[in-house]
Amino acid sequence: MQLVKPSKAGTYESNDIYIMLFPGNETKIEVESIVYETYGDKIENVIFKTLNEYKIENVLVKAIDKGALDFTIRARLITAIKRGATND
Amino acid sequence: MTNIRRSMLFIPGNNPGMLQSADVFNADSIIIDLEDSVAIDEKDSARTLVTELLKSVPINNVETIVRINPFDTPFYEKDIEVIKKTNIDMILLPKATIESIKDLDERLKDTKIQIMVLIETSLGVHQVFDILNTTNRCLGLMLGGEDLCVDLNCARTKSGEELLYARMHVVNSSRALRKFVIDTPFTDTNDFEGLTKDTYFAKSIGFDGKASINPRQIDTINSVFNPTEAEINHAKRVIEAKDLALEAGKGVFSLDGKMVDLPIIKRAEKVIDTALKIGLMKIGEE
Repeated sequence: MQLVKPSKAGTYESNDIYIMLFPGNETKIEVESIVYETYGDKIENVIFKTLNEYKIENVLVKAIDKGALDFTIRARLITAIKRGATND
Repeated sequence: MTNIRRSMLFIPGNNPGMLQSADVFNADSIIIDLEDSVAIDEKDSARTLVTELLKSVPINNVETIVRINPFDTPFYEKDIEVIKKTNIDMILLPKATIESIKDLDERLKDTKIQIMVLIETSLGVHQVFDILNTTNRCLGLMLGGEDLCVDLNCARTKSGEELLYARMHVVNSSRALRKFVIDTPFTDTNDFEGLTKDTYFAKSIGFDGKASINPRQIDTINSVFNPTEAEINHAKRVIEAKDLALEAGKGVFSLDGKMVDLPIIKRAEKVIDTALKIGLMKIGEE
């Protein structure tokens, strides 16, 4: 899959995560979280693994986390990918 | 998990906070909603969120149902395509008609997922027996009072006279086919007196349980549908008297001066069965 346009998914509600994707020249993940000190690495890891699973490269991921569990992080990222990508 | 369905709680399909707590609200069944509680431009997001939830988070000791979008919307096919790959117990089909339940049954033919229909149009009420009778995969129904009142061109009131015919009719059709039947939600979530009254009425005319749109309503609904201590004690005495009559070779017997026949025995057995399943009695106490 190739990200062809900026996309977003999620909300700023508690237990959710707001994810924005932008096509770029390299893959970069920026996470803002109320639990970053404890779970920052884990959130980035879920994002990284999901990008790999969907074979998405060269994307800037901006995530604003409000305490989302892994299934929510994955779901919001998958939705953003599908909204911004084309199959090729 | 039991097949007791006193309470069914709707949970918005795009709300991670509520979804991840789905099994803590004490409802007998949860209905994850992809329809009315999800905005049109968030249908894709909710579908993915629900799928990821069902893949990775165990939902324990509660029947799991998903309400998909109606047959005549562009979301229907995609909802089924995704949800039929999950391990849910049932799909709730909104605005059910004979045509739509036939279609859904066909699409689920390679799965173990059962169907529950939402009767919420005047045509649905009119056709309810035939809708329920379309397939063995359909286990029961829920009455949807809000949409039905729009279709009937009448106001939805707390006292609910406008739903009397529909309530009686769907109960009768469901009982005739041995299917379960769930009453419409009581939508004022701050009126517990009204909720209690409405739930007692539903129980009194034969509903198995009641839908809910707020977790705060669950305890009230469950307690109304629980058999009372007096009902349990009476049921135990009926069963004891039946056992004694059988030993004595009597077909008909009396208890407290009243004749006890098969319907009374069946009712007593149902009370005992329910009390055992919800933990009001232990095995051996009967």
